[in-house]
Amino acid sequence: MLSLTECPGCKEKYKELEEFISGVKNEPGILINVLHKAQELFGYLSEETQQFVADKLEVPLSRVYGVVTFYNFFSTKPKGKNQIKVCLGTACYVKGADKVMQRLLDDLKVGMEEPTEDGLFSVHAVRCLGACSMAPVVLVGERDFYGRVTPDEASKIIEKYRRNENGKN
Amino acid sequence: MLKPITILVSVDSNSALLGARHYKNYLSQLVKKYNLDSITDVLETGSFGNYGEGVLISILPENIHYSVKSEKDIELIVQEYLLKGRRVPSLVVEKIEKEETEEKKKNVEERVVLRNAGEIDPKNINEYIAKDGYQALAKVLNEERIEVINKVKESGLRGRGGAGFPTGMKWEFTYKVDNPEKYVICNADEGEPGTFKDRLIMEGDPHSVIEGMAIAAYAVGANKGYIYIRGEYFESISNLRKAIEQAYEYGLLGDNILDSGFNFDLSVRLGAGAYVCGEETALIESIEGKSGRPRLKPPYPPVSGLYGKPTVVNNVETYASVPPIIINGPDWFKVLGTSNSAGTKVFSLCGNLINKGIVEVKMGTTVSDLVYNFGGGIRDGKAIKMIQTGGAAGTFIKPEEMNTPLDFDSMKNYGISLGSGVILAINEDHCAVDVALNLMEFFEHESCGKCTPCREGTKVIVDILHKFSKGQGSEELFNSLYDIAETMEASAFCGLGQAVPIPLRSILDRFKDEFMAHVGVDEAPCGVCKFPKKKKKVH
Repeated sequence: MLSLTECPGCKEKYKELEEFISGVKNEPGILINVLHKAQELFGYLSEETQQFVADKLEVPLSRVYGVVTFYNFFSTKPKGKNQIKVCLGTACYVKGADKVMQRLLDDLKVGMEEPTEDGLFSVHAVRCLGACSMAPVVLVGERDFYGRVTPDEASKIIEKYRRNENGKN
Repeated sequence: MLKPITILVSVDSNSALLGARHYKNYLSQLVKKYNLDSITDVLETGSFGNYGEGVLISILPENIHYSVKSEKDIELIVQEYLLKGRRVPSLVVEKIEKEETEEKKKNVEERVVLRNAGEIDPKNINEYIAKDGYQALAKVLNEERIEVINKVKESGLRGRGGAGFPTGMKWEFTYKVDNPEKYVICNADEGEPGTFKDRLIMEGDPHSVIEGMAIAAYAVGANKGYIYIRGEYFESISNLRKAIEQAYEYGLLGDNILDSGFNFDLSVRLGAGAYVCGEETALIESIEGKSGRPRLKPPYPPVSGLYGKPTVVNNVETYASVPPIIINGPDWFKVLGTSNSAGTKVFSLCGNLINKGIVEVKMGTTVSDLVYNFGGGIRDGKAIKMIQTGGAAGTFIKPEEMNTPLDFDSMKNYGISLGSGVILAINEDHCAVDVALNLMEFFEHESCGKCTPCREGTKVIVDILHKFSKGQGSEELFNSLYDIAETMEASAFCGLGQAVPIPLRSILDRFKDEFMAHVGVDEAPCGVCKFPKKKKKVH
């Protein structure tokens, strides 16, 4: 049996994941849905989390790892607390998404996919998000969409999240 | 009880970015505040199609469309229209349908797939049923399965995902295979850059997709269906899940549907961001919980698909076209389009156009109509440089080719692809080399790596285009792009790699001058590419 890291809140998260898995375990081909759930809980899929999923679903770890690394949506490394995704699909690109991306990287002083020093942000390029009439589009986290974003607005978006974070402390 | 006034707010993934949900809540608040809630319903609906500067709302029974850009606009509508009965002309949007002149008449939208989007509340099955929803399903359940397939065949419906395979034939192949276990799958893994039509169909009218799938399942003899949808499409996922739940409650899914003895179960499966999963066999692998790498064909899915069983895979728009065909008959559908391409097509208008959004028009509508009459032309008075039609794997064309009618034959006849119905306009500020590079980087990233021509071919193309963008190109390199295209077209394993040459060649053919202008000069001619500074020679 795998011994799990004693990180804060992890025990509860693994418990929730285990409950989710036991509810769907018998559905064929459910691995991807389980990984969606695991990433939602942990923010990324560590080797430990992958091993946990493999054990519970009774599939080889190699299969889980293969799936995790195949799909863009899954990440094996921790990301910033607020992931800023910039769509670089053609429609966004011709509306200046590259300039928005550059501004974000400059403001945060990071490279692509690198978390900032305080761990609050990371910037990612994503493919078409299907909101082309609002191009260029920026997505923060999983649900906060921003449309028709200019570089100046991109800077404001960062400030907004930073303010929210500071407000919490 | 229906209230005398209904206000529909268009809330979808695109309009939500303009604050649609907030405006809807604010409107509800004001309606309550002024005690108008006994006579006024404020409801969410799907896309009206057009995205201008504001959120569109429609007030029934008068059917006036207003465009809302701020809370003030909402206050104005409540105070002027609801309380005093006066229109607010400054916010009224002229609907295209109202144009009377002959010239404009041919530019009217023809809504088959989008018949209910923007008119009903997608979260309420009763509104779909009130618009003849599930009548087509009830009708086919009393017919022989082969009759249903024949109707779809006669209608001339072809797959709306891009390839244009005749839907009825696909169904017939699956029907003919003798196997007690069969599947129907809806390909909702919309990922062509520039395409967002399926998303708005699912958000605006999810039941039309469910009904189309149930009809397909009955016709081919399947009892289980999956909707494979992108994990990022939260609104579509939640609307679909809600719709499926309601359909089960009403006995329109599940066991013994409408007492016919026909059983059909439907569930949603999430994709995880891989463009190749739009390829049907890769999609099937993904539903099986594996990495989405395509399978060798044949056998095709109608013979051996999900878990090796006969499987129908169709696009969202294709399924949504089926119920109206059953209700109105195949001939009605056939006359809407051109000889080889029946019906209508939903186009996603985007890029540097003034009016971005989705429109549904008859097959055979010209690019120019889509760009100027529906798209409103190019923003900020700029000149149009090129249009990409069809999607990422579609063709780049020049403005002088815009009079081409778009249907399934336009690729064969004019070398211009219909694909998934993208019209992406690109203005004069952009550089052909840079546009090509951005697109090819997309394919390089999305190549699944299974076969060498695609994995290596996309990489070499990107390397060469990088050279052009840095001023290190040459005529020899330019020509070698054609060689790679030829190799990939002939030997790539699946549709992804085979399709990469289509956009590549189309942009090379038309913009050779611009590529060559990047060769042998010290500074980029386009103002977009940035050449590295040459080191000054030390004398």
